[in-house]
Amino acid sequence: MAEEIKITVTRYNPDTDKELRQQTYSIPYHNDWGILDALNYIKAELDGSLTYRWSCRMAVCGSCGMMVNGTPRLACSTYLNEFYPGEITLEPLANFPIIRDLVVELTDFMEKLKEVKPWIIRKNKSDEDDTSSEYIQTTKQMDNYYQQTLCINCTLCYAACPVYGLHPDFVGPAVIALGYRYNNDSRDQGKDERRKFLASEDGVWKCTVVGDCTEVCPKHVDPSASIQRTKVDNATNWFFSFLKGNK
Amino acid sequence: MDILTHDILIVGGGGAGLRAGIEISRVNPSLKTAVISKVYPMRSHTVAAEGGSAAVLKADDSHDLHAYDTIKGSDFLADQDAVEVFVRDATNEVRQIERWGCPWNREEDGTIAARWFGGMSRKRTLHAADKTGFHLLHALFQTSLKYDTLKRYDEWHVSALLVDNGKVGGVLALNTRTGVFSIIAAKAVILCTGGVGRMYAFTSNAGILTADGAAMTYRAGAPIKDMEFIQFHPSGLMRTGILITEASRGEGGYLFNKDGKRFMENYAPSKMELAPRDIVSRSIIEEILAGRGFQGTYGSYIHLDLRHLGEAKIMDKLPMVRELCLDFAGVDPVHEPIPIRPTMHYTMGGIHCDKDGKTPITGLYAAGEAGCVSIHGANRLGSNSLTELLVFGARAGRAAVEYVSTAKPASNDRLQSLAKERMDFIQKRYMKAGNGKEKIGAILTDLRKTMDEKVGIYRTEEGLKDGIQLIQRLKERFNKISLTQQSRVFNTELIQAMELDNMLEIAHVIALCAQVRKESRGGHARKDYPTRNDEQFLHHSLTYMSKDGPRRETLPVTITKWQPEERKY
Repeated sequence: MAEEIKITVTRYNPDTDKELRQQTYSIPYHNDWGILDALNYIKAELDGSLTYRWSCRMAVCGSCGMMVNGTPRLACSTYLNEFYPGEITLEPLANFPIIRDLVVELTDFMEKLKEVKPWIIRKNKSDEDDTSSEYIQTTKQMDNYYQQTLCINCTLCYAACPVYGLHPDFVGPAVIALGYRYNNDSRDQGKDERRKFLASEDGVWKCTVVGDCTEVCPKHVDPSASIQRTKVDNATNWFFSFLKGNK
Repeated sequence: MDILTHDILIVGGGGAGLRAGIEISRVNPSLKTAVISKVYPMRSHTVAAEGGSAAVLKADDSHDLHAYDTIKGSDFLADQDAVEVFVRDATNEVRQIERWGCPWNREEDGTIAARWFGGMSRKRTLHAADKTGFHLLHALFQTSLKYDTLKRYDEWHVSALLVDNGKVGGVLALNTRTGVFSIIAAKAVILCTGGVGRMYAFTSNAGILTADGAAMTYRAGAPIKDMEFIQFHPSGLMRTGILITEASRGEGGYLFNKDGKRFMENYAPSKMELAPRDIVSRSIIEEILAGRGFQGTYGSYIHLDLRHLGEAKIMDKLPMVRELCLDFAGVDPVHEPIPIRPTMHYTMGGIHCDKDGKTPITGLYAAGEAGCVSIHGANRLGSNSLTELLVFGARAGRAAVEYVSTAKPASNDRLQSLAKERMDFIQKRYMKAGNGKEKIGAILTDLRKTMDEKVGIYRTEEGLKDGIQLIQRLKERFNKISLTQQSRVFNTELIQAMELDNMLEIAHVIALCAQVRKESRGGHARKDYPTRNDEQFLHHSLTYMSKDGPRRETLPVTITKWQPEERKY
């Protein structure tokens, strides 16, 4: 008989279930299959009702985040061979409300994303849509913010963040990293407009520097560093505004 | 049924849809505009585009040169007036996206950098490393957030266009989250639903590309154009079909067969690896057919070799290629060649529309890969599609703004009765649980096998006839499907059923148009008719739905100043 691997998935259907349950599937083991391949196999062959998000299956769209044996991972780029012959447990991303099975509610994240004003803000508004020329930006200037542009909004960092787990109002790692990205783009002049949100009670100061967000980031964005640098920036700003008598 | 009302509704939140949405919100913020998307917009397939976006920015380049390269690349099937508009608008559009924050790679002086791409006679492919689509989509999505007037319906699935007397009045859409269908009324609808790739087994396309826009337009009575032209990208990563960008050849990568020979010298000696995609893809298949491919668990392949570029250049210009190879094939291109073969990549055809995205249905527009203007003709040059979604997304947006300034909305009663018809159809066709024998997964697997084998890179009369029969049989099997459940919340099985129905409809059109076109042109290669035949086939194909199956008509190609000539590289 061909080798098999056991995958236990959290199931929850609000139409029929009062609480979460676990279901175990045995599937053929392939050492080059990702967890997403396994889920697609289960859905096509064993259980059409199993529900999860996925799309690009190349680790760039950010859809297929889930807890794999307790750690937030992308299902498409996490392989069965890392666990075999052991078993795999899949759960919805931690710290988010569950909609169904492995699908979680992202509305809170999407709203925070907008709050940080992630777009180029210019003092002179007519600059923003002027196509007569491009802004000049050197590679060195790009290096100041480029790493933070790599965030795919997969929200693994929120699932790993103990602060977000306890205080859902916390702005959170990916959104702060995005604010940092625009604040440090030489084309942008909107730092003051973002400061209120980033330096608020639920902003950077809530972070207790556990660093798990950076640990689980599949794109090495290092949100933790973005948060700490934003703290420094806000503190400096506070200090200088105090000196100038603005406070 | 609930009616949600807008002035303009954009279906699809990828590059074209967001570009259209921003344009409308910018030009006329008093309009009620919305973007509806199956996924969160930043998860759209534009995110996966890698290599770059073509536009004339440099002093040694010109719009005429970009136009000529595009038309020659298209094997002279592109409409030349449309191409001229495209290359002209392209320059402003790439500057615009720069001003909206796209982190383009830079020259030493801080201006936007360009790289070589297949079939382009100048360095004009602007790029953000090899994550250009990702950066472009995120720049558009994040910029779109600044417009409070642009409403979004995230994770809603559009099931049908509501068309009354040749005029669109809105759509019927499913809120995936609640499982409730609603009417979304709009005076204008812009379809930006992307391509059809998931009907093939070996494809670079994301799971969401299921021919939805083409199928719903076709069912609503409008024609779809040039569907026989499917682009196979030369370098799909073995097993998965994941795209390894053309930029890897643009930056100097080589293709080798198992004898260690750079075989492109036999097929396109002046361009080598930088010949257009149709030519490179066919050359790879020729090598494999001649027994000069490597053998692997998942079939034959050839090598894309980047080792001579060195780690520094690979990390600077092609970091995602390295990531993808490591994550999805266990190969490090710094030290090993990459196993690849051609992968289904892009649909040159699509919803028949003009330079402003206008379709034959009043108030209905299309843009991006979903539409067919046509600027790609029989073969798209790499890096023209990211530019296309900017240019034609913006143009469709502006055209819709103008149209709705005088257009009247459809009556709510009429929309209710159109929606009810469609709801009855959905109940009857998809939502029957447990009384059919056929599984969606099995039909989909068979469709993909049929498309790969019978409607792939090389086509023959016999194969296409077979393919058409097989697709017809799959359509019959679809009548006997059953879902395992009828749950409301996030019923992805119901969505899969609707998507499969769309793909079956459009697969039939692709196979039929390929059978009728007895010539080889661009991406359409007939073994039994190996040459281009301008006398009989220098025309577009338009296909309409009829009760006897797809009905095909032809449409002349617009030629302005570039006469068709033999295509040599």
